[in-house]
Amino acid sequence: MTLTEKILARASGKTHVRPGDNVWVNVDVLMTHDVCGPGTIGVFKREFGKNARIWDRKKVVIIPDHYIFTADAMSNRNVDILRDFANEQGIEYFYDVIDDPKGQWRFDTAKGNGQRQFGRNFSGVCHSTLAQKGHNRPGEILFGTDSHTCQSGAFNQFATGIGNTDAGFILGTGKLLIKVPETMRFLFDGALPRGVMAKDIILHLIGEIGFDGATYRAMQFEGPGVSSLSMDDRMTITNMAIEAGGKNGIFPCDQKTLDYVNARTAENGTKSTFEPAEIDADQSFIYDKTFDLSALEPTVACHPDPGVRKLAKELGHIALDRAYIGSCTGGKTSDFLAFAEVVRGKTVKIDTFGVPSTTLVLDELKATKWDGQSVWEILTSAGVRMTENPGCAACLGGPVDTFGRMNTPLKCISATNRNFPGRMGHKESQVFLASPYTVAASALTGKITDPREFLC
Amino acid sequence: MAKTITSKVFVVRDNIDTDQIIPAQYLALVPTIAEEYEKLGSYALIGLPDDQYPEKFVPEGTTKTPYQIIIAGRNFGCGSSREHAPIALGAAGVEAIVAESFARIFFRNSVATGELYPFDSPQRLCDIVKTGDEATLDLDNDRLTVNGTTYQLKPLGDVRPVIDAGGLFNYARKSGMIASAE
Ligand code: SF4
Repeated sequence: MTLTEKILARASGKTHVRPGDNVWVNVDVLMTHDVCGPGTIGVFKREFGKNARIWDRKKVVIIPDHYIFTADAMSNRNVDILRDFANEQGIEYFYDVIDDPKGQWRFDTAKGNGQRQFGRNFSGVCHSTLAQKGHNRPGEILFGTDSHTCQSGAFNQFATGIGNTDAGFILGTGKLLIKVPETMRFLFDGALPRGVMAKDIILHLIGEIGFDGATYRAMQFEGPGVSSLSMDDRMTITNMAIEAGGKNGIFPCDQKTLDYVNARTAENGTKSTFEPAEIDADQSFIYDKTFDLSALEPTVACHPDPGVRKLAKELGHIALDRAYIGSCTGGKTSDFLAFAEVVRGKTVKIDTFGVPSTTLVLDELKATKWDGQSVWEILTSAGVRMTENPGCAACLGGPVDTFGRMNTPLKCISATNRNFPGRMGHKESQVFLASPYTVAASALTGKITDPREFLC
Repeated sequence: MAKTITSKVFVVRDNIDTDQIIPAQYLALVPTIAEEYEKLGSYALIGLPDDQYPEKFVPEGTTKTPYQIIIAGRNFGCGSSREHAPIALGAAGVEAIVAESFARIFFRNSVATGELYPFDSPQRLCDIVKTGDEATLDLDNDRLTVNGTTYQLKPLGDVRPVIDAGGLFNYARKSGMIASAE
């Protein structure tokens, strides 16, 4: 069996499953956020009754992150709905924006969306939070009401996005009926050359198979090239399995996985036992191909979908209005360090926005010093507009006062993961997806630029 | 029970993602709250680029669409997992979508909510049919008739009874999987 099949078999109490089988799986973690949480709670109450209890208060993780730093009253209310539910059900893992469990979240317009306004429990983008707060464990089943839930597959778990109705069902029962997907294998050979990042790998793969090339399928990443990839790199890759239509993306478990997971579960006191899924000798795939990482180059997905693949060096004619770094896939500390490496001591030529994905990233950027200067200062003195409020921000547009949102038809290069029309705001705006290196180099020149020009 | 739907069709092309179906700025609306459900319907497909789609899907000042059937190209509903997408379409009055292919989560959400019937079509109908054409969808025989031609669609199979029942919960109750609500 493939990694996905093994995990689904175990979670459904079977010795063997095949692609196409429909199985009821036991859920290890259900994650929801402020956009889909209120609807999920609504479904749960409507279907199980207003006094119903959730199946396991330690297995539900609630992470407000999408529409937080906005004056939009309904968005603020949605965070309050989450808090009421977390209190009522005694949910242990709720990363609230404010400290007072009886309080209400109200955005302070005087402080605005750039200046820090959150309490000590807040974390930021849900998928990054799951990893950093010790909720990702090898061999487990994780569902989330968000399409990029597939990111958690970096930790050798089955993780996929679902809607509110399915999530409401899980809240009441702890189970879900799912179809076992066929698996596509992507074998990595070699290591990335200078100037090329994990984002380039996944943009290359999506271009290879197309925006719907993995629809209904699992994407399994394996091979000798995997060992050179950090956990951040792996998250960047699995995060975007959905951009090829994939049901999930998954890596094997190795020492890097174990080190990361053991450290995070210990630090946060979360469940620390798990059983990784090992690679079997007999696996069957519907697609199987080897990719030489050392042959990859800085890659861009052009407007209007993640499958429109070009090389950065071919796109020098495209003039840009804006650059953006942030999100689950592109707002990690390692992403900002790469970005800072390029812009250090220089000045960006176009409006450039930076959003740390979590409070941990924010803290690390302020604490990491290069020659006595923090990375945060390096970025701001290069002219990057950084917000101290981690979250999804303009990655998905959001309310009009969202930090970095495109309210006019601009062209933007972005380290995020999705570029369908209107994704980052105005429906006639255009988004080009690229690695933090490429976004940084393009911010310096104002047109799409191969970052190797700036890296020695 | 024999079931057919007759309506004018609205035709869209490939990769209609969830941001075009219901743009992110409207996601603060909670679908399980009745007034907000209606509102979601009024914004269905409002994210389509105006130059490619001059016809409004939901006419201004109304909350319902005159089109109960949508004809689409590849990968309809790609993008986010937001259930607001099939719900907005269902709330606007859409009963069925006939697409060359669907994104997985959208397909699953359509079934789980019971909002609409997602039919796969072997033919690329979005190149043949125009917005405003009159069509009849025969759900029992998986056939769509439009402009005098009948097209065979892929059978809905396992998911038809779930949608007929009104979604995952009603279906699970009927089959004894979960107890009835209080
Ligand atoms: S950062 Fe963007 S892609 Fe990631 S969860 Fe938030 S909105 Fe979704």
